[in-house]
Amino acid sequence: MEFVLQNFINAMQWGSFYALIALGYSMVYSILMLFNFTHGDIFMTGAYIGFGAATVLLFLTASVGISVPGWLLLILTILISMMLTSLLGIIVERVGYRPLRDAPRASAAITGLMIGIILETGNLAVLGARRFSFPSLIETVTYNIGGVYFTNKKILIVGVSLFLMLLLHAFIRKSRWGMAMRAMSYDYQVVPLMGVSLNMIAPMTFAIGSALAAAAGILYGMAYPVLDPYMGVLLGWKSFVAAILGGRGSILGAALAGFLLGFIEIFTAMIFPSTLRDLIAYTIILLILTFRPYGFFGQPYTTQLRL
Amino acid sequence: MQMVVENLKVSYGNIKALHGLDFGIEKGEIVCIIGANGAGKSTTLKAISRLVPVEANSIMVFDGHDLNAYPPDRVVSELGISHVPEGRRLFGNLTVIENLKLAAFARKDRAAVQDDMEKVFSIFPRLRERGKQMSGTLSGGEQQMLAVGRAFVSGRRMMLLDEPSMGLAPILMLSMFEALKEINREETTILLVEQNARLALNFAGRGYVIENGRIVLEGNSPDLLRNEEVKKAYLGG
Ligand SMILES: Nc1ncnc2c1ncn2[C@@H]1O[C@H](COP(=O)(O)OP(=O)(O)OP(=O)(O)O)[C@@H](O)[C@H]1O
Ligand SMILES: [Mg+2]
Repeated sequence: MEFVLQNFINAMQWGSFYALIALGYSMVYSILMLFNFTHGDIFMTGAYIGFGAATVLLFLTASVGISVPGWLLLILTILISMMLTSLLGIIVERVGYRPLRDAPRASAAITGLMIGIILETGNLAVLGARRFSFPSLIETVTYNIGGVYFTNKKILIVGVSLFLMLLLHAFIRKSRWGMAMRAMSYDYQVVPLMGVSLNMIAPMTFAIGSALAAAAGILYGMAYPVLDPYMGVLLGWKSFVAAILGGRGSILGAALAGFLLGFIEIFTAMIFPSTLRDLIAYTIILLILTFRPYGFFGQPYTTQLRL
Repeated sequence: MQMVVENLKVSYGNIKALHGLDFGIEKGEIVCIIGANGAGKSTTLKAISRLVPVEANSIMVFDGHDLNAYPPDRVVSELGISHVPEGRRLFGNLTVIENLKLAAFARKDRAAVQDDMEKVFSIFPRLRERGKQMSGTLSGGEQQMLAVGRAFVSGRRMMLLDEPSMGLAPILMLSMFEALKEINREETTILLVEQNARLALNFAGRGYVIENGRIVLEGNSPDLLRNEEVKKAYLGG
């Protein structure tokens, strides 16, 4: 029983990473019908920006000689990285995708992959092959409740992720910008006829998705402190699987499927040798998709109406 | 003239949809364009709304502004030209109120927006009752009311209407056109596109007949209603 609870917490942690990243894929897809294949590398860049921000903050506070509590530094790091990474998202939309908005979707997808490769190799070019390790901003505390061991970091990771998801939910449901996003996901061609520019909503969506990916990057760095220019590849693809599993363009679906992915992986590893984990986990997901080709909350494609 | 269109040409790839239309509309007028399926009616409205690119030397001027210099959202938000597209195209996943609020998204004059919403509700009381309902679950008639209401809130110097009678029972059709008259009295110029020529000509002061992307006839509605060709082709003999 303890063992199961223990793994429950691990699954929630991995699910948080997948869900936060999957949301970005899903949001962009829902408004532009486009898979943003740069997204995994935006996650990576977010982690690096967070690393840079944390390093600078630590250096500054040390050289000034004031002691700032770790949690405050962590919050600042997350906020700075979310802000800067959202700018990156805006640039990717502006430079990479906007010129191709009416081009075949495959061209846009390839553009996304190429920008991703540029981010990876650009990172290598600038920072070299050296691996950086994410500074531990807060002390790790391990709790033992009835034989279940967990750390304050795991709780924090899951807590911050859930908080950000609720924030996103409120934004989409309650704000006028969120309303415009929902409208755009329903019928983007008519949105301009409401006097609303697609060129406001699209960058905003990229910005939010990128900010969430950045948060995921830092949380990931807290759990697995070694940064690597290719860290966004596998995690990005797996989160993309979650976005598809949730149902193309479904925000709720992406979050739920992200957590489901975490659970499938962790509980597969509980039963089978860990080398077989992904093999078995993704076979299960393949089977789910065979029976639910549109994912949990996806709609079959309707013929796109002509305006 | 509030709107002047000269030599309007539009192609979809190799298909020429409009071969050079010339027309003008005075402020406060109700003008209709009638024509058969595929004649180019919707394309004309889409060109004005800047949803389709026009060919070189196509002139479209509204209140002294060159429409070609405006992206579609600013045609609505800055020039005040709203468009009720063919098939209503409501945001079915948004409530009635949200659809109206979205139409006012870009407007800065918050107080006037509130007035306009009230006006929409007084013209279409049904919409007030249905405020919190998802627009996708409205009846066809209610949807058409919302489509018009939405356009009214988004921009009201001129309203472009693409077949507002489509799918409405005759009695609803009449009340819809009564409502449009009321909107017109609020100083909104109306350009209406219709297949139902009799209805359109009874409603509008003037009309243009287009065939295969060309204007073949124009005149005051009573004259067009009496015109033999119009009778034969569009009024059922
Ligand atoms: N997106 C498009 N791509 C290619 N051809 C198009 C497109 N939209 C319209 N057309 C063509 O342009 C011509 C004019 O179409 P338009 O929609 O303006 O006709 P309409 O007068 O509104 O007809 P209806 O009464 O059936 O709505 C038609 O031949 C149509 O097939
Ligand atoms: Mg049409």
